[in-house]
Amino acid sequence: MSTVTEHAEHEHIGHAEHEPHIPSDMYFIKVALILAGLTALETSTYWIDLGGFATPALIIMMTIKFFMIILIFMHLKFDNKLFSVMFYIGLGLALFVYCVALATFQFFD
Amino acid sequence: MADIALHDHGAHVSSTGLSNNKLAMWLFLGSECLLFGGLISTYMLYRGRHGDGVGPAQLFDVPLTSVSSFVLLMSSLTMVLAVNSAKRKDDRNTNLWLVTTGLLGSLFVGAQVYEFTAFYNEGVGFTTSLFSSSFFTLTGFHGVHVSIGVIMLLAMVAIISRNKVAGDKAEAVEMIGLYWHFVDVVWVVIFTLVYLIPA
Repeated sequence: MSTVTEHAEHEHIGHAEHEPHIPSDMYFIKVALILAGLTALETSTYWIDLGGFATPALIIMMTIKFFMIILIFMHLKFDNKLFSVMFYIGLGLALFVYCVALATFQFFD
Repeated sequence: MADIALHDHGAHVSSTGLSNNKLAMWLFLGSECLLFGGLISTYMLYRGRHGDGVGPAQLFDVPLTSVSSFVLLMSSLTMVLAVNSAKRKDDRNTNLWLVTTGLLGSLFVGAQVYEFTAFYNEGVGFTTSLFSSSFFTLTGFHGVHVSIGVIMLLAMVAIISRNKVAGDKAEAVEMIGLYWHFVDVVWVVIFTLVYLIPA
């Protein structure tokens, strides 16, 4: 019995010791340069009139930046999936609240 | 056998084999999404409610905000470099990148204080209109989060310098890093929805 428990404990700690693969500094610098480029593109829409295309373009660039930061800088891409689940539940609820609030005021305001 | 074991480096792990601290941090960040989701929704609803007063189009200084956004974005890079240095057990570079991140964060907060002062001088205060109330609440909450992050970063530098980190040092730096990146990612959304997309 104790052998089984010890074995389970060993596996337990062994699992905890498993570190995800984290990329090199240069990889993060390249990602930061892409993010900086996207920010420059976003900002350029203030001076360059894109008409009706501006808002969708800004939303797309914002979404790309958002996911690049959470997946790469926050290591969600390399880490355990449980962390992703916990974060995406919060994010999903936030989007739900946002949609409900806007829809409610659109209908009843 | 209890569900909780102690990691080799001193970090507590749960029955999933994952660090309790990290699980708690991700849970906290998930709940923060709800906080900022509510504040952003409120701003989007009220951004047109300024009557005959000054509105977003006349008020915002997009070039200044673009520079401060860039500064905050670069602070995310320095933060991730601090986390990588901590994983390599390189205390000198960890402290260097943590201090750099703190300085960039302070610069961002300074720009926000300057922006708020300029708005106030133009006659737009917290209670001037629904637009101004929701704007100051949203960006103010974010500014407070950045300020708390700067305090956490500088406290971490002091703790590392005195070699008084309880538990896994790399994990402690990583926790602050997660918080910092989250603050940055919230600004990515605010910058686009509040400043760049016209009302």
